[in-house]
Amino acid sequence: MSLVFYLLAGLSVAGALAAVLLKNTVHCALALTVAFAGVALLFLELDAQFAGFAQILIYIGAVAILVVFAILLTRGSETPKDTVYGHNPLIGLIAAAGIFAVLGWAVLHSAAALPHAAASPAAVPTVTVMDIGNALMGRYVLPLEIVALLLTAALIGAVIVAMHEKEGAR
Amino acid sequence: MNPLTGYLLVAALLFAIGLAGALTRRNAILVLIGIELMLNAANLNLIAFWRYGPHPEALTGMMFAIFSIAVAAAEAAVGLGLVISIHRHAHTTDLDQMNRMKG
Amino acid sequence: MQETISFIPQLAASAIARELWLIPAVPIVASGVIALLKQPKRKTASTLAIGSLAFSLLLALIAFAHVLSGWTNGHAVRETVNFTWIQVGSSHVDLGWVLDPLSAVMLVMVTFVGLLIFIYSTGYMAHDENYTRFFCFLSLFAGAMLGVVIANSLLLLFMGWELVGLTSYLLIGFWYFKPAAAAAAKKAFLTTRVGDVFFLLGIVWLFSQTGTLLFYNSGAGSMEPTALTGLLAQPAAWGLTAAGAIGLLIFAGAAGKSGQFPLHVWLPDAMEGPTPVSALIHAATMVAAGVYLIARVYPLMQAGALAGGTTTALTVVTWVGAFTAVFAALIAVAQNDIKRILAYSTVSQLGYMMAGLGMGGVAVGMFHLITHAFFKALLFMGAGSVIHGCHEEQDVRKMGGLKSDMPVTFLTYAIGMLALCGFPLLFSGFWSKDGILEAAQHFSLSKVPFYMLVFGALLTAFYMTRQMSYVFFGVNRGAKNAHESPRSMTMPLAILAFFAIALGVIGTPAWPWFRGFLDGHAVPFDLAGFREPGLLALMLTSSVVVFLGLGIGWALYGSKSPAAAEPDVLERAVPPIWVALRDRLYVDEFYGVTVIAFYGWWARVADWLDRRVWGGIVSLVAFIFGLWAKLNRFLDSNVVDGTFDKGCEELSTGGGLLARIQSGRVQTYLRLLALAVIALAVILFWSSRA
Repeated sequence: MSLVFYLLAGLSVAGALAAVLLKNTVHCALALTVAFAGVALLFLELDAQFAGFAQILIYIGAVAILVVFAILLTRGSETPKDTVYGHNPLIGLIAAAGIFAVLGWAVLHSAAALPHAAASPAAVPTVTVMDIGNALMGRYVLPLEIVALLLTAALIGAVIVAMHEKEGAR
Repeated sequence: MNPLTGYLLVAALLFAIGLAGALTRRNAILVLIGIELMLNAANLNLIAFWRYGPHPEALTGMMFAIFSIAVAAAEAAVGLGLVISIHRHAHTTDLDQMNRMKG
Repeated sequence: MQETISFIPQLAASAIARELWLIPAVPIVASGVIALLKQPKRKTASTLAIGSLAFSLLLALIAFAHVLSGWTNGHAVRETVNFTWIQVGSSHVDLGWVLDPLSAVMLVMVTFVGLLIFIYSTGYMAHDENYTRFFCFLSLFAGAMLGVVIANSLLLLFMGWELVGLTSYLLIGFWYFKPAAAAAAKKAFLTTRVGDVFFLLGIVWLFSQTGTLLFYNSGAGSMEPTALTGLLAQPAAWGLTAAGAIGLLIFAGAAGKSGQFPLHVWLPDAMEGPTPVSALIHAATMVAAGVYLIARVYPLMQAGALAGGTTTALTVVTWVGAFTAVFAALIAVAQNDIKRILAYSTVSQLGYMMAGLGMGGVAVGMFHLITHAFFKALLFMGAGSVIHGCHEEQDVRKMGGLKSDMPVTFLTYAIGMLALCGFPLLFSGFWSKDGILEAAQHFSLSKVPFYMLVFGALLTAFYMTRQMSYVFFGVNRGAKNAHESPRSMTMPLAILAFFAIALGVIGTPAWPWFRGFLDGHAVPFDLAGFREPGLLALMLTSSVVVFLGLGIGWALYGSKSPAAAEPDVLERAVPPIWVALRDRLYVDEFYGVTVIAFYGWWARVADWLDRRVWGGIVSLVAFIFGLWAKLNRFLDSNVVDGTFDKGCEELSTGGGLLARIQSGRVQTYLRLLALAVIALAVILFWSSRA
């Protein structure tokens, strides 16, 4: 495994940890951004350039900003009076640890079954944006349309949900 | 350990961290942050398998990941809209206090 | 003894024999109808009863005529109609009726005397308020007695026998509000019961040995030679054969019903009942049933007798009869109640009948039974007339001089009394008693019964004279305005008096028609019959004895007319003997000390057992059940309920615990999801590895 990989992996994990552990919610959002960046770089390392740039554009450029906006709108910048953790966080930790253990175990034990022992750099796929565009319009046109529909619905829904209500509980 | 395993482990770790955050933090927004992390971990998994799996020229993994990103974005938007709406209603984002479904 | 007769078996019964069952059935049905009538319907009741018995008399006369015609034509009649009553597997119990000379004669006697007494009762019971009930019971009795008479099956006879005993109980205790009457009825029933137990044993034994209870059944009956030889072959205890033992058992039953010693104690007490009851049941018919029974089973009693000899059973019958004759006559001498004298006289005469059966055979005993029925019924009815006329006075010491006040009663009573004493030649009693004395004279085993019977005849004449002089002669000591009885009462008296004289004709040695009729052979009128050796001497002896008795009686009592309060002549002479005789020779007291005392003791023991032991057991069982119930309740409330309640509590608690999962918080649900996913993944991996 190359050094780059370890660096990028460490970055992503560090960012994720920070996002989860920090007390100040805005700091969490910013750490999240770092984590997103790390993942995007990992994508690039995996020769998935389009995915990496899409990650940067969408996640960092939209989702993270959205999170920050939400935090600011819900006065999440204030430090909470008591602990940031919910009641009984131990179970959550145990659950997460368990999931990691299961996944890790699954991965490590199936390593032998993988077709290539080490992916050869010679098999670097040459993927161009044109290929992706062709695939989108060709083979994956239906999912594309559906996602478009989904996005429209989400847009409208989000607006409705977040809109000020005229009357009712306020 | 081959590269694939490494990527998979990183993805698993990210997933676990995201899950831990979603399950333990009090603030609703941080739960959504955790969810985003989990989705990212899943995308990483997909791309890693696309890269090191058979037939990378089929672009399956890549497509899946792209769509996943799109959907995640939509979902984040809606979710945060919900959080804002709840905050407007209950004046708090503390999940521990949202137990109207108790019983 | 008599020669054995064989009757020609009839192939088909004649019409009258087939319908013979009507004779008892009609009075019983009449009794049932009367039972349903209301008390005021007196005329209806008595008419029904008299009418039904008159109808039975008619049929009885037809039957008698039928048998008579057969006899005249030279063949003996014995027709039976048998049918199966109960069938159990291969064994069956048959019933049936028989028409032969014996039953025909009894039928006519019972219905005729019964009818006269019924008519008499309409006058005697006219002032009684329970008139209807009386005729109901009387009718029932008549039907039952007739059933006994026609029975061809020992079982049917026994049924009628028991029914007769029941009606006797009902009629003795007719005035049940009198304690003495109720006690007397109970005594009668219980004493005859003792005899009936032995009777039943005899029946059961007979059935088990011969397989049939029918008397005559075309050769298969129990009185017919096949069965009898079988019984003779069977040995029983004490040197007896089965035949002898069964005969003795049956005699025990007859002894109870016919008042032989020691079961005679009920008969004098039975005088508590109304006088027609005494006349019908305890003089003429029911007590005669015992004698009739012995006559019916005579082939059994006689089985095994050698020519000119006798059997053990018949010997016992003879001795018991002779003893009873003297015993009762002695007691009768010292009685002061008009009916009690007659009662003891009946017991004595029944002893004569039994002795006659034992020594002389069926005809001898039965002839005395027939004649006795007539003159004893006459005497009782006359006594009833006297009692009625003296306004219910029954003590002879308080009567007297009634011969002028009640002439018809006096005349008929005198005729009856002379017949009872056996006044020579004119009266039937003489001929019937002489038949018995003749048989006693020829008794092979011993001459003692003969002397006893002669002594008894002396006593009979004596006490009857005493009674007559007390009641009819002398000065009127009590009843001041005694009056003659109404026509309904005196007419039957006259009719019976006629027969008391006339019946003698059919039993004289010159023309022994009765014997010939019963035995089934022709009888010519032959004065040579008188020339039998010893017969004239016997007639002379008995006449002398009768006159002697009459003379002594008249001398002691006749013209003197003792005052009421004075002690009796004999009492002054031999006080201890007199007192003993007056107190009935202490037989009742003996029973009281032994049997009844034992019974009382046993009753107390049984009561103690019942209360302490059985009652204790029952209480114990109840207590155990109570404990068991308590245990069950404890188990139920604590164990079952407790378990159930505890279970529900646990369920509730568990539910409460489970409800905590539903915290309402999203993160809780998410955590659960995560845990479930882990578990699922583990399971999947594990199973895929395996």
